[in-house]
Amino acid sequence: MSAAPQPSEPTPPAVNRGEAVLEVRGVTKSFGALQVLRGIDLTLRQGEVLGLVGDNGAGKSTFVKILSGFHPPDGGEILIGGARATFSSVESARTQGIETVYQDLALIPQLPVFQNLFLGHELTRLGPLRLLDKREMRKLARQYLDDINVNVPSVDAEAAQLSGGQRQAIAVARAVRSARKILLLDEPLSAMGARESRLIIDLVKDLSSSGRVSIIVIDHNYAHLFELCDRLNVINGGRITLDVQVHETSIEELTELMVSAYRRQLEEVQNAGA
Amino acid sequence: MSPGRRVLRLFLYQRELTPIVITIALFLYFTIKAGSTFTDSLSLSSAAGYAGPIGAIAIGQVLLLVLAEIDLSAGQVFLFTPWMMYWMHNDGLPIVIAILIALLAACLVGAINGLITVRLNVPSFVTTLATNFILYGLVLVESNDAEASPIPLSGHTGFASQLMGAWKWSEILWVVALTILLGAMLNRTRFGVRIIATGGNLIGAAEAGVPIRRVKVWCFVLCSFLAGLVGIVDSIKYGTLDPGNFGVDYILYAVGACVIGGTALTGGRGTVLGALIGAILIGILEDGLTLTGVSTNQFFIYVGVVIIIAMALNVQFDRLIARSRSR
Repeated sequence: MSAAPQPSEPTPPAVNRGEAVLEVRGVTKSFGALQVLRGIDLTLRQGEVLGLVGDNGAGKSTFVKILSGFHPPDGGEILIGGARATFSSVESARTQGIETVYQDLALIPQLPVFQNLFLGHELTRLGPLRLLDKREMRKLARQYLDDINVNVPSVDAEAAQLSGGQRQAIAVARAVRSARKILLLDEPLSAMGARESRLIIDLVKDLSSSGRVSIIVIDHNYAHLFELCDRLNVINGGRITLDVQVHETSIEELTELMVSAYRRQLEEVQNAGA
Repeated sequence: MSPGRRVLRLFLYQRELTPIVITIALFLYFTIKAGSTFTDSLSLSSAAGYAGPIGAIAIGQVLLLVLAEIDLSAGQVFLFTPWMMYWMHNDGLPIVIAILIALLAACLVGAINGLITVRLNVPSFVTTLATNFILYGLVLVESNDAEASPIPLSGHTGFASQLMGAWKWSEILWVVALTILLGAMLNRTRFGVRIIATGGNLIGAAEAGVPIRRVKVWCFVLCSFLAGLVGIVDSIKYGTLDPGNFGVDYILYAVGACVIGGTALTGGRGTVLGALIGAILIGILEDGLTLTGVSTNQFFIYVGVVIIIAMALNVQFDRLIARSRSR
């Protein structure tokens, strides 16, 4: 499979694997009285794929939305390449090289596939008129989807006409295509059949093997995570409770860990109630 | 694909086709029924006189309907802006400056509509209902309930005056030109994509980096600006301003025209050209019924029936598109 084309961005200089690209220190976030994140500490190194594991409601998606600029954090700091970063919006996070695939996919049902693929990165001509270069976008979209083996009826089909798996493939393809530094994937495989999952896993592996982009992925499927990731972080009660290399653990160990954490919580709730 | 399915597909995706066919059919019907009294210049300019104001308000309204918002004040902005021009000119300002200030005032109304809607989370239905009343009251208070006449430029024969409304065809030509521009903006520019994205999936658009609030505010400004601009042309065309005119009359026809033209009020979809065609259809219906001696009161029944049928079609067409999953 050929690498994702990056026509609009110049090729970045060779990278030094292992350096921290993203450091998160003590990030907190509450919605009203509900404290979702209680001080997240996390490090993402150059070129690595980091899996985030945790129960529903543990704060994974909220954390991703903070990194993508969608929610502002209440406290703590975020460093990118060692420099303190603040994101006032999705756009500003994106200009600092962060792309995201959200759980809800963020596709526009009424727009054709090629326009969804370029949403937020439209190719335009005639300067300030910002006339869409539909022909070029169509061509590049067709090429790219062919390259990564995503099958859609046509790049002119509206997103509403696609199957769930196709929609998800388009959303992931969009982010992978434009990711420059950091790619955040919030359950990218949840609506997918086996063939499509394989396709996306290959796409992400391909991207990570290039070493340019570091990836954080949330998934409930441990088999996927163990295949994709270099390292896993467990998030529980709004904190990172475990940081482990994938080769140092196993699916069984991790499952046991999650279940025992769940039991402990249950006991705490029961004791508090008694 | 069979020819029948191909035709269905064409009508499904080119929403303007259905109202175009109906408008042409109506035109032929009235031509046969009333002959040259319907097709002469007087009758056609009167049809254009109905269609112009409705079209001007409808094309801006489409942007807001695509955003799943609405601007009920646009009709009143259409009436208020020429008053503003009239007052400024009476205060001794040159007419060009008076027109510019009036247009600026129209944009300001749009900006206020937009900012209240997105910043205070007031539904646009309510925000613009309120500004509609405020503008109506402003006109009544400032005019002391007296008609404005003569309107500057009105009746003049110079090119600028003719262009700005003194020529009987200039208003509809303005509306046609603005329709082409606005249609191109919605379908061919990045701003247009952002409008459709915001209306089609608000949260998704925000996640993809579309500045949804800014997009909405600008559309309110555009809608007001277009209504105000053609409002000025309309006042120069007729030469008087009646403070008792109520903008809601216009807005209801305008929303009707959008619906007839193929815009559902569900967001994410809409056609600017369709809105103009809807306005023309209403104009032809009103003019034709008057000329064929049918009581004008029946006109309202026809308009109502057309709107219902058009909306039912829009909704069904949208469902068909969503269902036509070609795997």
